[in-house]
Amino acid sequence: MKNPSVDTHLLPADSGTIGTEPLLAVDNLHVEFTTRQGVVRAVNGVSYALNAGETLAVLGESGSGKSVTAQAIMGILDMPPARVPKGEIRFRGTDLLKLSENQRSQIRGQQIAMIFQDALSALNPVFTVGWQIAEMFRVHKGMSKKDSYTKAIELMDRVRIPAARQRVNDYPHQFSGGMRQRIMIAMSIALDPDLLIADEPTTALDVTVQAQIMELLAELQRDSNMGLILITHDLGVVADVADKIAVMYGGRIVENAPVHDIYRNPAHPYTKGLLESIPRVDMKGQELYAIKGLPPNLLDMPTGCAFHPRCPFRQDNCVTDVPALHAISGTRSSACHYWREVLDGTAG
Amino acid sequence: MGRYVVRRLLQAIPVLLGTTFLIFALVYALPGDPIQALAGDRAVDPIFRATMREMFHLDDPLIVQYGYYVQGIFTGDFGMTFRGVPVSTIFEGKFQVTLNLALMALVIEAIVGVGLGLIAALRRGKAADTAILAFTLLLVSVPTLVSGFVLQLVLGVQLKTSTGIDFFPVAGTSEGWRSYLLPGLVLAGTSIAYLTRLTRTSLMETLRADYVRTAIAKGMPRRRVLGRHALRNSLIPLVTYLGADLGALMSGAVITETIFNLNGIGRQLFDSVYLSENSVVVGIVTVLVLIFIAANLIVDLLYAVLDPRIRYE
Ligand SMILES: Nc1ncnc2c1ncn2[C@@H]1O[C@H](COP(=O)(O)OP(=O)(O)O)[C@@H](O)[C@H]1O
Ligand code: SF4
Ligand SMILES: [Mg+2]
Repeated sequence: MKNPSVDTHLLPADSGTIGTEPLLAVDNLHVEFTTRQGVVRAVNGVSYALNAGETLAVLGESGSGKSVTAQAIMGILDMPPARVPKGEIRFRGTDLLKLSENQRSQIRGQQIAMIFQDALSALNPVFTVGWQIAEMFRVHKGMSKKDSYTKAIELMDRVRIPAARQRVNDYPHQFSGGMRQRIMIAMSIALDPDLLIADEPTTALDVTVQAQIMELLAELQRDSNMGLILITHDLGVVADVADKIAVMYGGRIVENAPVHDIYRNPAHPYTKGLLESIPRVDMKGQELYAIKGLPPNLLDMPTGCAFHPRCPFRQDNCVTDVPALHAISGTRSSACHYWREVLDGTAG
Repeated sequence: MGRYVVRRLLQAIPVLLGTTFLIFALVYALPGDPIQALAGDRAVDPIFRATMREMFHLDDPLIVQYGYYVQGIFTGDFGMTFRGVPVSTIFEGKFQVTLNLALMALVIEAIVGVGLGLIAALRRGKAADTAILAFTLLLVSVPTLVSGFVLQLVLGVQLKTSTGIDFFPVAGTSEGWRSYLLPGLVLAGTSIAYLTRLTRTSLMETLRADYVRTAIAKGMPRRRVLGRHALRNSLIPLVTYLGADLGALMSGAVITETIFNLNGIGRQLFDSVYLSENSVVVGIVTVLVLIFIAANLIVDLLYAVLDPRIRYE
């Protein structure tokens, strides 16, 4: 299965810098799943954007639609049950949703790559790690077996796996959790993608290893100037590496902002709640807990603002009117009727 | 690896002793006097009876008789029938016939069952999937006797008379491997159904696995995702089933052998039980258990080939 058009980038390589078009722009994306219980609207009009060399952290409780959005960008949703009824995903100005499956698989792995939370289950147990990394070069670049393994060893070195040459023929189960995630990373950066999506890459690891992996990702990103979408619920991680943050709630973006603005002064009550949750070392890996109440049921979403049952600043119109994503400045937006009051600290 | 095989073979000894003793005790408990069975309805001369009972240790306790039997087995001697024929002579060629039949059934089962299962999984919920599932129901509900005669008639006789194609012999073993095609298919019947469903479930499960999603995210073409990343993982549980099925096919071949007039071990077993030829019955079971143990060992070794997480030291 050699790829005939190995070096043909479908999209003009420099269009990311032309005008104001960012590397990636997700625009009013909707994703729904048809299930026995009904239609689950997992993503309800998500918009975020990212430039080359930037890191966007996507933050939110479990079930808020972070992974589904990422999978829609990758084009790895199972359709059916998934459906994308509305929205655009523009990569270098081209709407990925309008491309054929064949064109999309040219972009996957080569221009947009992804790493997953649990590297043990995300790596194939019956093939060696070398085989799995080398496959990128063999299939996409038509490289020989020998050359592709040489490349695989280079990559394993680059992500700092000790004794890469000796370990290239080991299987995933023979590595520690941190090393396995490094192998996932090596695989994902094999073809120098322009965009890397990391879906909770450190959640399954212990704290010291988490920091090492984050450091590695940040370093690789600096070296290659790729865009990085970092899905996480760990606020501590976000502050150090992210340029901007998109906060998700119930399948929507509730706040979009540069990282420092958010830390200084959140413009949405949910973000405020997240920041006020005290990170505790002994709760590491668990979901944020300081906000009272439960995440919304996607099959039975609250009317008006989805956050209203849990919002300490709720007013009467919050129950009936869905708040739009108000632009606060050129780089900032909030989906709260009372974002001004939240910003000023006069809400509630 | 070598040590593992030796250990497994040593472990097989108590299994073999246990199963043969069980079957020995069962045969011993069967009603009827084997010496009387020799004479049919006529009366047996008491002196002849006494000599025979003496010669075959019939008056010794069960465990002592079993001891004599095991002693024989370890020197490669399966003993004599009451009619004075060495059991090994009776076996001659028959295990080969049944083994050929079972292997043919296994091959047919693997090709048809895995093939249909893969199609069903890839077309999940579509017409092909529904049709295949309905077909497996049909397979398990039609008795061997019916499927055997129908196939003999349709593929064996009618195909020949209507088109002149004479490819499927309907009886005997004179046509080499082709002789086993129809009986193999009949014998494989229900196994095909189970294997189809097992393959379907296994592949569907594998397709939901994270590493399949990874392969798609790597931009691998669909054919490669299925054929390389998913297939090998979904084959692992099927190997166990196929291995265990070899023994089941061999011991379940009685009706098929009868319909297709194959001189195999199934019919011999049936006849010997009927004639109270205890030494033949126990001998057949002993060999079947051996085959079963060997098949399971091969399965376990294959497992290690397919799944690197399994290591035998
Ligand atoms: N295949 C699916 N079928 C039905 N619902 C799904 C499916 N995948 C995800 N969902 C739903 O979409 C919602 C968002 O999931 P996800 O994006 O994984 O959340 P998270 O923000 O934790 O990554 C979840 O509530 C889940 O129930
Ligand atoms: S719109 Fe109302 S309920 Fe929603 S976050 Fe703002 S204040 Fe709270
Ligand atoms: Mg997730």
